[in-house]
Amino acid sequence: MGKVIVVTSGKGGVGKTTSTASIGAALAQTGQRVCVVDFDVGLRNLDLVLGAERRVVYDFINVAQGDAKLAQALIRDKRVSTLHLLAASQTRDKDALTDEGVERVIRELRRSFDWVICDSPAGIERGAVLAMRFADQAIVVTNPEISSVRDSDRIIGILDSKTQRAERGERVDKQLLLTRFDPGRSSRGEMLAVADVLDILSIPLLGVIPESEEILRASNLGAPVTINGSVSMAGRAYREAARRLAGETVPVVIPGEKRTLLNRLFGRRAA
Amino acid sequence: MSLFGFLKSRSTAPVARERLQILLAHERVALGPRDLVAILRDELIATIARHIEFDPEKLSVKMERSSSVSTLEIDVEIPRDKIAAEGPGCAPRGQASAA
Repeated sequence: MGKVIVVTSGKGGVGKTTSTASIGAALAQTGQRVCVVDFDVGLRNLDLVLGAERRVVYDFINVAQGDAKLAQALIRDKRVSTLHLLAASQTRDKDALTDEGVERVIRELRRSFDWVICDSPAGIERGAVLAMRFADQAIVVTNPEISSVRDSDRIIGILDSKTQRAERGERVDKQLLLTRFDPGRSSRGEMLAVADVLDILSIPLLGVIPESEEILRASNLGAPVTINGSVSMAGRAYREAARRLAGETVPVVIPGEKRTLLNRLFGRRAA
Repeated sequence: MSLFGFLKSRSTAPVARERLQILLAHERVALGPRDLVAILRDELIATIARHIEFDPEKLSVKMERSSSVSTLEIDVEIPRDKIAAEGPGCAPRGQASAA
């Protein structure tokens, strides 16, 4: 049975879709079967970031409502054969998704893939709650900026109350992915430090993605930084985050900060 | 650009951190008791893990609320050998639903 991960944040524009695509592609590149699922009904973009926008025939809602088979709706990536996409509907209303429909599709995906990565819409409304509903684990994407940190705190509370695991009295593992981090500005005291965000949100760190021009270049081309052959810091940071997600011990080295956050990361995990 | 702007500290991150800490302390209280279960779960895991090796996935915490009474149900599954290894005085009691 595969693992279901939700990539969520509360706030929009912090990098959920980019992170879903980059981490999904990195995991798939190691040979694991990965399906990235777009939950942003009406505002889908994961297809675009993956360069598959012209290949969408059937979408999540078609499958959830039984109008199409899952196999018909899955789009296999042309570069990494173990990477698949289930697109969101661009034309339908998000009320077209029901709890039962989503649960059935997720159950089916869990059987066929090692990783099911759900790209949540922004906000804390129905769409965001549905995206996290059946997740085993959550990646909370946060920018080192006050409004993003506040919204992440809120979404952590919602993960602890509105997911199926929380309702059953089980635990949803939550990990922080700090994106758009600028080491220079942080070291000059102009931006929250990684440690500040970790202290405030008190969840383990999955990775720190430095602000990078490569991200825009990657989305322009529809090729995530982890598979477009670039040697950018962002690509490397995403690949390492993917390895940590898969359970490997990879020290977090923050550019501009000398000491690693290994102790912090695993000290917290044990707690 | 003001002349004094040059003299002012550019270090704004500490202000951001302090504002966030104060704000979130309030918001977390306002969010109410739904979070309590998650907090309890995390603290229980930490406490038990200090003494017994166990799988945090096998710990379940549920809170039921009704008008007259609320109950807190905590269910922990501990492998039999982990308890036996603790030696005398720690004889396994009925609660450990060993696998």
